Amino acid sequence: MRLTFNVNGRQQEADDVWEGESLLYVLRERLGLPGSKNACEQGECGSCTVRLDGVPVCSCLVAAGQAQDRDIVTVEGLADQAKKRAAAGCAGGACGTTLDEAKQWESKPADGQSGEASTSPLTLSPIQQAFIDAGAVQCGFCTPGLLVAADELLERNDSPSDADIREALSGNLCRCTGYEKILDAVRLAAARAGAETAGTGA
Amino acid sequence: MDFLRPASWEEALAAKAEHPTAVPIAGGTDVMVEINFDHRRPDVLLDLNRIAELQEWEVGEDTVRLGASVSYTSIIENLRSELPGLALASHTVASPQIRNRGGVGGNLGTASPAGDAHPALLASGGEVEAVSVRGTRMIPIDEFYVGVKRNALEPDELIRAVHLPKADGPQQFSKVGTRNAMVIAVCAFGLALHPKTRTIRTGIGSAAPTPIRAKEAETFLAAALEEGGFWENGKIIPPAVARQFAELVSGAANPIDDVRGSASYRRHALGIMARRTLGWTWDEYRGNERSAQCA
Amino acid sequence: MGVTRTPTNITQGSQTKGGIGESTLRPDGTLKVTGEFAYSSDLWHEDMLWGFTLRSPHPHARIKSIDTSEALAQAGVYAVLTHDDLPTEHTKYGLEYTDTPVLADGVVRHHGEPVALVAADHPETARRAAAKIKVDYEPLPVVHDEASALADDAPILHPGRDDHHAGQVPHPNIVHRQPIIRGNAEEAAQRADVIVSGEYEVGMQDQAFLGPESGLAVPGEDGGVDLYVATQWLHSDLRQIAPVLGLPEEKVRMTLSGVGGAFGGREDLSMQIHACLLALRTGKPVKIVYNRFESFFGHVHRHPAKLWYEHGATKDGKITHMKCRIVLDGGAYASASPAVVGNASSLSVGPYVIDDVEIEAVALYTNNPPCGAMRGFGAVQACFAYESQMDKLAEKLGMDPVEFRQKNAMSQGTIMPTGQVVDSPAPVAELLRRVKAMPLPPEKQWEAAGDAADVRALPGGLSNTTHGEGVVRGIGYAVGIKNVGFSEGFDDYSTARVQLQVINGEPVATVHTAMAEVGQGGVTVHAQIARTELGVTQVVIHPADTQVGSAGSTSASRQTYMTGGAVKNTCEAVREKVLEIGRRKFGTYHPAWATAELLLESGKVVTDGGEPLADLVDVLEGETVDIELEWRHRPTEAFDLVTGQGFGHVQYSFAAHRAVVEVDTELGLVKVIELACAQDVGKALNPLSVKGQIQGGTTQGLGLAVMEEIIVSKDSKVRNPSFTDYLIPTILDTPTIPVDVLELADEHAPYGLRGIGEAPTLSSTPAVVSAIRAATGLALNRVPVRPEHITGT
Repeated sequence: MRLTFNVNGRQQEADDVWEGESLLYVLRERLGLPGSKNACEQGECGSCTVRLDGVPVCSCLVAAGQAQDRDIVTVEGLADQAKKRAAAGCAGGACGTTLDEAKQWESKPADGQSGEASTSPLTLSPIQQAFIDAGAVQCGFCTPGLLVAADELLERNDSPSDADIREALSGNLCRCTGYEKILDAVRLAAARAGAETAGTGA
Repeated sequence: MDFLRPASWEEALAAKAEHPTAVPIAGGTDVMVEINFDHRRPDVLLDLNRIAELQEWEVGEDTVRLGASVSYTSIIENLRSELPGLALASHTVASPQIRNRGGVGGNLGTASPAGDAHPALLASGGEVEAVSVRGTRMIPIDEFYVGVKRNALEPDELIRAVHLPKADGPQQFSKVGTRNAMVIAVCAFGLALHPKTRTIRTGIGSAAPTPIRAKEAETFLAAALEEGGFWENGKIIPPAVARQFAELVSGAANPIDDVRGSASYRRHALGIMARRTLGWTWDEYRGNERSAQCA
Repeated sequence: MGVTRTPTNITQGSQTKGGIGESTLRPDGTLKVTGEFAYSSDLWHEDMLWGFTLRSPHPHARIKSIDTSEALAQAGVYAVLTHDDLPTEHTKYGLEYTDTPVLADGVVRHHGEPVALVAADHPETARRAAAKIKVDYEPLPVVHDEASALADDAPILHPGRDDHHAGQVPHPNIVHRQPIIRGNAEEAAQRADVIVSGEYEVGMQDQAFLGPESGLAVPGEDGGVDLYVATQWLHSDLRQIAPVLGLPEEKVRMTLSGVGGAFGGREDLSMQIHACLLALRTGKPVKIVYNRFESFFGHVHRHPAKLWYEHGATKDGKITHMKCRIVLDGGAYASASPAVVGNASSLSVGPYVIDDVEIEAVALYTNNPPCGAMRGFGAVQACFAYESQMDKLAEKLGMDPVEFRQKNAMSQGTIMPTGQVVDSPAPVAELLRRVKAMPLPPEKQWEAAGDAADVRALPGGLSNTTHGEGVVRGIGYAVGIKNVGFSEGFDDYSTARVQLQVINGEPVATVHTAMAEVGQGGVTVHAQIARTELGVTQVVIHPADTQVGSAGSTSASRQTYMTGGAVKNTCEAVREKVLEIGRRKFGTYHPAWATAELLLESGKVVTDGGEPLADLVDVLEGETVDIELEWRHRPTEAFDLVTGQGFGHVQYSFAAHRAVVEVDTELGLVKVIELACAQDVGKALNPLSVKGQIQGGTTQGLGLAVMEEIIVSKDSKVRNPSFTDYLIPTILDTPTIPVDVLELADEHAPYGLRGIGEAPTLSSTPAVVSAIRAATGLALNRVPVRPEHITGT
């Protein structure tokens, strides 16, 4: 079957889609967007999390045909999404701040001088930058799904408690980090956004 | 495999009549796992996502009409006071991502004994609105589960909604899993006090071939409460009564040993959950009564 | 979260920014957060086919016939291969013994063993075709434990063994046996005032890395093949792949793709040979991606173990002796079992001084899933048993469990049961003191929010099983010892190629190794080392491939030590070469060129007094310094096969944990509230990464303690191959993990560092179980602890 839907603000088409394919498969294998990950394909790990009409879902459990005419945001679209939010009033915290202003934040990393391919803050959303800065990325396979879930959390709750963060991310498995640095990253992103809002008097 | 995308409820019914083996897919949280893991290859997938009314609910005078595809997240956010037991059960479903997609219609359609909604539905009581081109049937929830992963639907029927009485008293839901989130029930228990009718209803999950009620326990407790005048005097339920209730709940179960837990553990855990949820609901009932008297 | 160092005389290189000791950020971080990092399952090629593996539903069966004709006739199917289609007489592979068939050869020995391969134009086409392959199996009796493996009428699973241990094992179904005898345990037992014994059991744990096995094989025009794959050791794969394909190693060109975690599960081959065979047969690129179900059959697991222990102690709390017997279930093929036996036996005593020991460890061949490497590698199983024994001994003596451990703790100079003298810091007592000294988390945190109990802070979590009823807090301690690097005389080395040149007016170092970056952050550390040693800011990490010499495996906590050491060593050679060029060009301008210790720092040649002599740019001009060198750690020895004596391990690593748990004693549910860890890391090259490793390892130990187990039935079938029923900790299961890092340098190691990846996985498990025991008063001799064990139902 043929599919038409919107991914990261762009109209996309896929042909000859087998009816049993998942949205995840179509994104990864037909649209060249492998950022969403195929870790369990049974909705038990969250690595394939995308926004479907704004709502975080496991794309492995969305039949491709169900995505027809709908809006998808994947990890590849997070930075754009953050920019749009920022343009709409900085509410999502797309404007950066110094690490010193981050609350509950203990281990201070060096700045991104370490041969980063590109650390221009313009290319990353605040939550993406926070994951790098906090050391929340190891193998990175869970990272895209966690980023989409964490980004959505901060969109609806700009100062989540630790329990809120844990509950919001309880559908995303990570096998490398023990989650501590992931919590750090979400706290850091929230603190940066909060500091920015305070700074602008918003 | 065919993929049908009816745009309206009537189209969906027509499609189901034409393809009785078609597998309805809404949240996809059961169907897609089976397809991804090659456990199932339906001839036809019938997508219900485009039928907006399935995602809607109406709160009436006495009942809530809950569209089959209303997500668990919506239930938690919007129906906590009308359907407290179901809202608690919804909160234990898998993960936030799954709760955003899955709904009660899917749980009923799959009719797995481990489905989290069932104990809450049984405890609440209610009816399943089953519809085909031939007409509409209201199936009492007690008659809905007919075997392991089998329900009372005819091949041409689809679930449009469930009709649930608005809670007239405290409700609780509790589920044992070996993880603190994102876990399938080892066993689960739902309890609803119905002060208006002075009845008790229960639901047991994952501890019998189908979701079941612990009817003997319900009758016993209702009689004990009546006899002691507890509904009026709001006294603490004597431990012996709670213990007897818990034992009867345990005894109602007919569990098996599997990778998730042993039969004897399931029986044991159901007793504990029955006793605790009774304590929580009764405390709440007494609190409500007291504040009603003060007001 | 302090960091404590001792002064050392170990060279620490220059002070260039971004060098060692800083928490520099991952060079692959940006790609990983944008979704652009190419994992092995993300690869795509024009005209690519999908490979699929047909696996055995039986744990042990003779294959009477295979009919592939119907499968081959399907539209879209390009190839179907069975054992008969293998191109050479080399039809087996293996890490230590060459005993694993590429495709089943007339018999299958475990549930899920690969039997046939399909290549097709869509994964669904391949799956449907595989379902049409007719395999006629004749089920055979199953060997599933020690008794059935060694019974008189036991089927011999690998008749005609020709491996290097075949001649010494007491039974052909024993993969390897290692005794260790030191002192006289019988005699020493006479001095004991108390004796405790116990039988312990460890379930089969899975690595559960999140990126399933996957890769892409592209046939080359020269008849060779290019393989892009996620693995832990490229050159070991290559050594096993090439002979099966009938190709010289240089025609099998391997490149490391993005690796979604490993933890030992990628030490053995999975889809590598299969994809190559299909690519060479069809002439098309072939991609294979396992789903989670298949992944449980696609890699080896942690050995389940049964352990019998006896310890004695005097009234004043000194351990007199230890006897133990450890039986590891190796499953159908050897994998890393021999080395796991070596670790389990040589580390079975734990980090304690015990002069009189009698130790035996064996690994069995059975029809259970093959077991091999997983983080902790033999030491995890032993640690659960000996730490359980320590608690028992302390209790019997009426002593505090921490004090008792400290009283018997080993230290630098202690002699191991293998006769090896521990010749670097072993701060076991200090680690225990530190975890014990950390402040305890507040009680009843579920009440903090106000009226209603916050179930997220209670056992059962969101499942709403308790609002505080039945909940009891318990605290437990454990400490463990792990070896670092390859042991027992293995020629352990790594290779690094480093180039230094001027690009766009700036000195740039390129580091090329075959090290598998599996998430641990080796690439970060390599860049830091190059900056420290070469005084440059810009470091390019070349993709890992087989165009450079072997780096050894990313396992055994060894890569920072070994490939980090290799990078350091090559950088030193590059620096010497640069200084030679500098002396040639500028030596006459300043006497310090000839007389001073010179460093490369911040783009300059400087004296050790800090005086700049020349810019690197001017020294190098158009020249490129390019050196590739192998680097070895000091040699070890094999353990004697009768006494177990020998200098077997190059380095040891230590961590201690304190676990605080809350147990719903009525329902048997556990919530770990905090898992504090203290670990000696020698030198933290990247403190942020060090903490990440410790917290991650700690969490895997927590998983083994309370939830993780592959359940294998008595008839050797895997019953829970999915993430629905094989549970790993979520963020709501994982507590805060405060980390106290010690840096006591090991003078034999680069920068004094100590391998760190595995030690925290060891002690985490027994600490959690000890805390559950404290809360419940139960013996709990098996992990994972299930609700049934706590409730007795």
